[in-house]
Amino acid sequence: MAAREAPPRLLPSGDSAITVEFSRNIDDAANRRVLALDRTLAAAPIAGVTETVPTYRSLLVHYDPVQIDFEALGEQLLTLARRPDPAAARTRRWRIPVAYGGEHGIDLEDVANTLDTTPDEIVRRHVGGDYRVAMIGFTPGWSYLSGLDKFLHMPRRQNPRVLTPAGTISIGGVQTGIQCIAGPSGWHLLGRTAVRTYQLHRDPIFLLEPGDTVSFTAVDAKTYVEQDRAAEAGEFVAELVAA
Amino acid sequence: MSKLIVSSIGPASSVQDGGRPGSQRYGLTPSGAMDRLALAAANTLVGNEPFAAAVEIGPFGASFTARCGAVRIALAGASRSADVAGRAVAFDTSATLAEGETLTLGFAKRGAFSYLAIEGGITGEPMFGSLAVNARAGLGSPYPRPLQSGDELQVQRASGAAERRIALPERPDAPIRILFGPQDDEFSEDNKKLFLDGEWKISATSDRMGYRLEGPVIKHLHGHNIVSDGTVNGSIQVPGNGQPIVLMPDRGTSGGYPKIATVISADFGRFAQISAGHAFRFKTVTMAEAQAEARKFAELLATLPDRLRPLEGLDLNLEALSAANVAGHAVNAVDAATWQVAESATS
Repeated sequence: MAAREAPPRLLPSGDSAITVEFSRNIDDAANRRVLALDRTLAAAPIAGVTETVPTYRSLLVHYDPVQIDFEALGEQLLTLARRPDPAAARTRRWRIPVAYGGEHGIDLEDVANTLDTTPDEIVRRHVGGDYRVAMIGFTPGWSYLSGLDKFLHMPRRQNPRVLTPAGTISIGGVQTGIQCIAGPSGWHLLGRTAVRTYQLHRDPIFLLEPGDTVSFTAVDAKTYVEQDRAAEAGEFVAELVAA
Repeated sequence: MSKLIVSSIGPASSVQDGGRPGSQRYGLTPSGAMDRLALAAANTLVGNEPFAAAVEIGPFGASFTARCGAVRIALAGASRSADVAGRAVAFDTSATLAEGETLTLGFAKRGAFSYLAIEGGITGEPMFGSLAVNARAGLGSPYPRPLQSGDELQVQRASGAAERRIALPERPDAPIRILFGPQDDEFSEDNKKLFLDGEWKISATSDRMGYRLEGPVIKHLHGHNIVSDGTVNGSIQVPGNGQPIVLMPDRGTSGGYPKIATVISADFGRFAQISAGHAFRFKTVTMAEAQAEARKFAELLATLPDRLRPLEGLDLNLEALSAANVAGHAVNAVDAATWQVAESATS
């Protein structure tokens, strides 16, 4: 079946990286192919490839042009892209606790008003989702999740905020995300999790991998505070429900 | 152990090394020196590994004082005035600060970043194999932030080894070479031509994340939002206002603006050293040329130790110096050293 799919486009990102593009859009099938090629490359490394960065629609392959050139690497990548996904069956599943609304999710009321419903309904739909880590990027541990309920799709804010808190759970466009460290964001803030997707001096430093599946569970503000203390001490707080 | 005290320092100065590639898939940017050749040259002068941690000094002045023993240092990168207790210290040479002596550096004259390497490197706790500062991610050692006056670097006591200079190839003031892509198909041929023909300047609001360019307005064919994808050092993205941003080592690992082109890796350090307000142009090359240049650059980095010379060789050939000045080139003592090596290489 994989062999009938259109081959990806090979786009040069300078002389030391190739963007292997499967689609121009946010596209679930393309993201699966990106993650499959990433796993295939990990299982069958190509000499000279130094690092790979999966995103929604493309795999960025960094390489050392002293060891391999654009043409040779491109050919090998196209060959690998035709192989079936070696590990499609093996995915980790995480359950992540979120304190929704109030001071933790300052946009929940506005989102409910915009969508002409109640905050509870927004939380119900957000918690009900079955998400996949489509990519991690922008800042350490910022996990972009695909699988957001269509009802919750809405444009980003006109005026992005300069600073949003660590652990923010937000929605923007067709995506939802887990933001790990404080930073700018144009998304709508629904809640906060104590889970650190990035924490120094913990093993592993990065909790989530691209391709992991994620679900959310609502917790109250008091539980959030307790979990935040535990997470600061190095606990995952997130629950690994299947590996 | 000796100490190097940061007596005074301006913004945009931090401990940097070869960076921490390998975790971009988790959103962790590689950081590391803006100008890797200058970092490697400074380190090579004091016998360090080429990408050991050193102080990257931004365009403003700085001063450093040796305490608890002598400290051997070397300077490379953006040239500026440098002296120790009234003795001028040349760039691309090593020097030793006696206990209590202060190295005083002026503003960058040509370029943006200078590198102060210290014999034995800087003592710190590496994270992901690197001491490089990435303040946003809380990384960097001994301080996870840019340097401030009063900071102390724990360093090795000077070995007393003979001082050296290094003969680096001249950096041409030539156009910055690029490869189009990965999203050049988001721009018309006219706009790609405008990008190549335009004269550009680096805005003063630039930083280690990105250099903002000022020049002709580059228009998109289909708007300025694309689905985020991966970035590299030198990615040239074009946001809604049509003024490109070149991504630098503290960049976001993914970005959602179309990337019209990418600076070739061999020219990245030279690009990073263009000072704000200085006009420059881009020039396109083929992938084969860019990769040949990348291999040449790797060879240059690998053979830096072969370019070391004893400092005693700095004795000026006054006749040659005067001839060069007569020929219309203003040659100072530092340039003369480089120039003499070029002479001897051809004879």
